[in-house]
Amino acid sequence: MIQVQNLTKTYGPTRALDNVSFQVRTGEVLGFLGPNGAGKSTAMKIITGFIAPTAGTAVVDGLDVCDSSFEIRQQLGYLPETNPLYTDMKVHEYLRFVAAVRHIPASERANAIKRMVSVCGLASVAGKSIDALSKGFRQRVGLAQAMIHNPDILILDEPTSGLDPNQIVEIRDLIREIGKEKTVILSTHILPEVAATCSRVVIINNGKIVAQGTSDELTAGTSREVVYIKVKGDRGIIRQTLSEYHTVGSVKQYAGERDDVHAFAVEIKEGDGRELIFKAAVSNRWTLLEMYRKQENLEDVFRRLTTSES
Amino acid sequence: MKLTVIKSSIANIMPLCKREFVAYFNSPIAYVFAAVFLVVTNWLFFQQFFLANQAMLRDWFGLLPWMFLLLAPAITMRSWAEEKKTNTIEFLLTLPIRDSEVVAAKFLSSFLFLGLILALSLTMPITVGRLGDLDAGVAAAGYVGALLLGGMYLSIGLLVSSFTRNQIVAFLVSLSVMFSLFIIGSNNVLSFLSGPIASVLQFLSTATHFNSVSRGIFDTRDIIYYLSFTALFLYLNVQSISSRNWR
Repeated sequence: MIQVQNLTKTYGPTRALDNVSFQVRTGEVLGFLGPNGAGKSTAMKIITGFIAPTAGTAVVDGLDVCDSSFEIRQQLGYLPETNPLYTDMKVHEYLRFVAAVRHIPASERANAIKRMVSVCGLASVAGKSIDALSKGFRQRVGLAQAMIHNPDILILDEPTSGLDPNQIVEIRDLIREIGKEKTVILSTHILPEVAATCSRVVIINNGKIVAQGTSDELTAGTSREVVYIKVKGDRGIIRQTLSEYHTVGSVKQYAGERDDVHAFAVEIKEGDGRELIFKAAVSNRWTLLEMYRKQENLEDVFRRLTTSES
Repeated sequence: MKLTVIKSSIANIMPLCKREFVAYFNSPIAYVFAAVFLVVTNWLFFQQFFLANQAMLRDWFGLLPWMFLLLAPAITMRSWAEEKKTNTIEFLLTLPIRDSEVVAAKFLSSFLFLGLILALSLTMPITVGRLGDLDAGVAAAGYVGALLLGGMYLSIGLLVSSFTRNQIVAFLVSLSVMFSLFIIGSNNVLSFLSGPIASVLQFLSTATHFNSVSRGIFDTRDIIYYLSFTALFLYLNVQSISSRNWR
């Protein structure tokens, strides 16, 4: 449905997007992950036709965004990151306006608005001026605006920002529901959200794609695990000894509970690190007080991929 | 084929134009300027009128271009600047509406608002007509001229507003541009110049063309002048909006 090929966007000397390629199929929810300023919003602005790429192409439903932006925009719903709204309007006025510019037939407008008011939980504020709404309610109005015409493609830049936990769950369910038949791209930096809603993930850092795949693929691709231990013994020697094993990556100390109890996070590259650590403790006569291992999760993958270069 | 394109354009422009028009009434600035405009012009006009004791609107039409210098920038200053400042421009320009249609909608709504204020000023010719023998033809010509001049001013104001995100800057720059275009045709300026430069400036000036129209002399050249410059500024406005896609 959406194919992005070697997309590059430069603002003066800065490269907001650098040779980015990915695609999204119908019935898929694609999650854009990345730190602030990674280029997520820029990619979305290009797909929605708001700005043109410096190089590369983005093709939506067989149409190029540079040549056929007008046709593409007809089947697209977009929630920009800043959630811009005409704050001088009342909520129902605004939705009626959006329904009209989106060419929803006059006979169906009332129903479309009613549906969005109930889906986005706007009933209590429908008659209020957008000016007077809290951030969470404004965000819901923004979502309603993006979905009111039941678009084939939904582009949501940080859709759940400012929402309360209950609302976040409802909106995620809604997005997942829509994603079954439509094409959705959403950006976020809330990691559990990706696992909860997205069928595929693209991780962007400094304008480049550093990883993409399903959230399982991203975490399974690495056999890395970390073993957390608490040991009694000489701090320097423990660290020294463990580091010398070739299957051990890094050994990081974190806050222990008492002066003589030291806590380490031992990164294991392959094999079962627990056995190795147990044997090392026995042969060196350390007292092993606590040990558990943790598989690298999406959060760790994200942090590893987006902090290593900068 | 052509007809359906026009129909769909109108369908795109109408809701937007309506929203923009209603927005003027949601903001106090427009009310204030409209009220000040009507009070000041009425005051200045009737002060002279009773002294001169003649059923003529010449003073009113002499006053009008000056008052428009303040009124037109006040109407257009927020049109684009506000959209840019609050980023609603990102919403607006990702709607399935062409850039030219957005510009048309903004121009039409501002023109309607100006027309409304002008309609409220009809109290002056009506009063004059009741008190004396008013030449209705001249009055009508003057109002048509006012609409033409106002349309051109609004197109300038809209263009300037599209370059900035600051309403005050938009107001002051529009005012300066309109003022310059107005005075280059005045005798004060022309007396320093001679030959072809003077006649070019005289042709470019909004004042020259308005003077003849407001005296009831309808020359197609004046009408063409206003319409073509309005079209030019609107065209430049479309270009300045789509310039975000250049390079």
